[in-house]
Amino acid sequence: MSARETIFESIRRALNVSGNEAPRRMAVDDRLARAPKGVIPSRGGGDAAMRLDVFKAEAMRAQASVAEVARYDDAPAEIARYLRENNLPATLRMGGDKRLTEMPWSGTLIEISHGPSDGHDLNGVSAAFGAVAETGTLALASGADNPTTLNFLPDNHIVVLAASEIGADYESVWSRLREVYGKGAMPRTLNFITGPSRSADIEQTLLLGAHGPRRLHIVLVAEA
Amino acid sequence: MTVAPTSAQFKTNAHEALGDARLQRALPHSRNFIGRRAAAVARLPEFEALRDSARDIKNHTLAHLDLYLEAYERKVREAGGHVHYALTAKQANDIILDLCRERGAKSVTKGKSMISEEIGLNAALEAAGIEAVETDLGEYIIQLRGEAPSHIIAPAIHVTKQDIEADFRRVHLDLPRDRDLSQPEQLLGEARGILRSKFLAADIGVTGANFLIAETGTSIIVTNEGNGDLTQLLPSVHIVIASLEKIVPTLEDASQLLRVLARSATGQDMSVYTTLSTGPRRPDDPDGPEEYHVVLLDNGRSSMLGGEFEEMLRCIRCGACMNHCPVYHAVGGHAYGWVYPGPMGAVLTPSLIGVAEGGQLPNASTFCGRCESVCPVRIPLPKLMRHWREREFERHLSPRLARYGLGVWAFFAKRAALYRLSTDLAMRALHLIGRGKGRFASLPLAGGWTKYRDLPAPQGATFQSQWRAKSGKVK
Repeated sequence: MSARETIFESIRRALNVSGNEAPRRMAVDDRLARAPKGVIPSRGGGDAAMRLDVFKAEAMRAQASVAEVARYDDAPAEIARYLRENNLPATLRMGGDKRLTEMPWSGTLIEISHGPSDGHDLNGVSAAFGAVAETGTLALASGADNPTTLNFLPDNHIVVLAASEIGADYESVWSRLREVYGKGAMPRTLNFITGPSRSADIEQTLLLGAHGPRRLHIVLVAEA
Repeated sequence: MTVAPTSAQFKTNAHEALGDARLQRALPHSRNFIGRRAAAVARLPEFEALRDSARDIKNHTLAHLDLYLEAYERKVREAGGHVHYALTAKQANDIILDLCRERGAKSVTKGKSMISEEIGLNAALEAAGIEAVETDLGEYIIQLRGEAPSHIIAPAIHVTKQDIEADFRRVHLDLPRDRDLSQPEQLLGEARGILRSKFLAADIGVTGANFLIAETGTSIIVTNEGNGDLTQLLPSVHIVIASLEKIVPTLEDASQLLRVLARSATGQDMSVYTTLSTGPRRPDDPDGPEEYHVVLLDNGRSSMLGGEFEEMLRCIRCGACMNHCPVYHAVGGHAYGWVYPGPMGAVLTPSLIGVAEGGQLPNASTFCGRCESVCPVRIPLPKLMRHWREREFERHLSPRLARYGLGVWAFFAKRAALYRLSTDLAMRALHLIGRGKGRFASLPLAGGWTKYRDLPAPQGATFQSQWRAKSGKVK
């Protein structure tokens, strides 16, 4: 008997079931189909303006920095300012996301490169799939538009986020995923990111920049 | 690092830990978690309702585990991944070793995984000539030291920064002697540099999973460092090693559990990275692994279902029970002698390695109940420890002196009049003898107590007699 068969037999013996009981199968199919929501904290709720305020406050609590611009076209100038003020080189790597590639980068001195990171990029920029006000969390989906390596390898990660895409809670991201990818399907990787990388493994001292980015800068686009 | 269990010698281990000055300097750090958790809970009015919800999700899943496993494996395959089943630790290691050998892997990076510790994966890889690199900073430190983790979420909490500096200087041979490594920032920088090259060079990445989602065939890992995320992103093969009970039905169920996980663990509202992985790299993906494997480990868990320890399978490995345990605070994690310390370890260890080996651990509790009061999935840990004590007693595994003592106590306790008379007499006698100093520095048959502290002299009346004097009424 295979390990799989032995394990299933052991589970069914312990639960005293055969696996063919219709009510059990219905309970499971129903839960998988309906995906009931459970307890949702009220903290992230409210109208768009409230969600924006909560998102900003929570993201900053998690040591992210946040800047607001009116339109996507204003993002390059803000990113140039950020790099300059933090004494960072004027380089930036990004994927193929049109929201990023169609920005007017020529108005800045930033040297742009495209594609995933090989671990030698100092600065990366991504466009978010969505965000969660409740905990100031960004949601980034993998793919050619926003390679996942850009979320982790560069020292400084900049994320452009449309204010209109901030949802109240994680459940709003699940709904969007089902709309975009279909029920039961997912992008290869979905990253929830709440602040820059950190570790407290040395004497419980909190240090930023463990293996992932040392800085996380969020550029909120108000009118997008 | 696998170590042969020393749980049976808990008492000796605990004595050594209490006398270990270096350990005792490091241990107070584990108490920091208490205030942080309390602050996070205070910010979320729905926290108690979320604990109920988390408990109910886990109970529902366990009651339907066979069916959710079937749904989960179907979805993993649909996404192009592979599911392997392992009945034992050895089977799990063999599956991973075969995957490594077939691909000619020389180097394996690892995200932090307690299941990997449980099966002793690093030792198995190294015995096969494959380099295993722990990438969580705490795990990396203890790997250099050849130790097991002493805490399930803060594996190196027993180590001081001076120890870490010494370990880095011993192992990182390129390190200039005059380089200052006295501060945590410098130690982190050194580890980041060394591990970055390991991440990029690895052939295979092995991570654990905090949750496996049946609805989508997704594995979730939660990290603060980003190490597990790089581990599963950069190599061409990603292997997930997880135990059966990590399954949850839906994305919504996972987010219920995520809301209690980080708050209970580190006191963060959300860990920095929560990464959901579904299958291998897609046709148009510019990065990500080309193969995705999941090894599902039983190792004794299926037989815990339906029994008196089933509730332990709700555990989401947050570490809150040990963070709040006065016994853990005093002796640290290594005294527990195996992979899982603290109250959750005291319940789980005998289930996984047997009551003969692990049966001492459930005695390492005062039943103060703090563990149960903070458990995010409401596992009644003191009750489960008591079940183990009963089993240990029934199977005549407890020491003869303890059994004899309990027998004597039971003789009196079953005879109410005799019990009252003898305790009255004893309390009066102790009151009279001890009234001068008000305490005893030594006392026959109580050497175990008075060796470390004085016994206060009784006030002369027993609780029962005072209760009677007040006619059983409380003001």
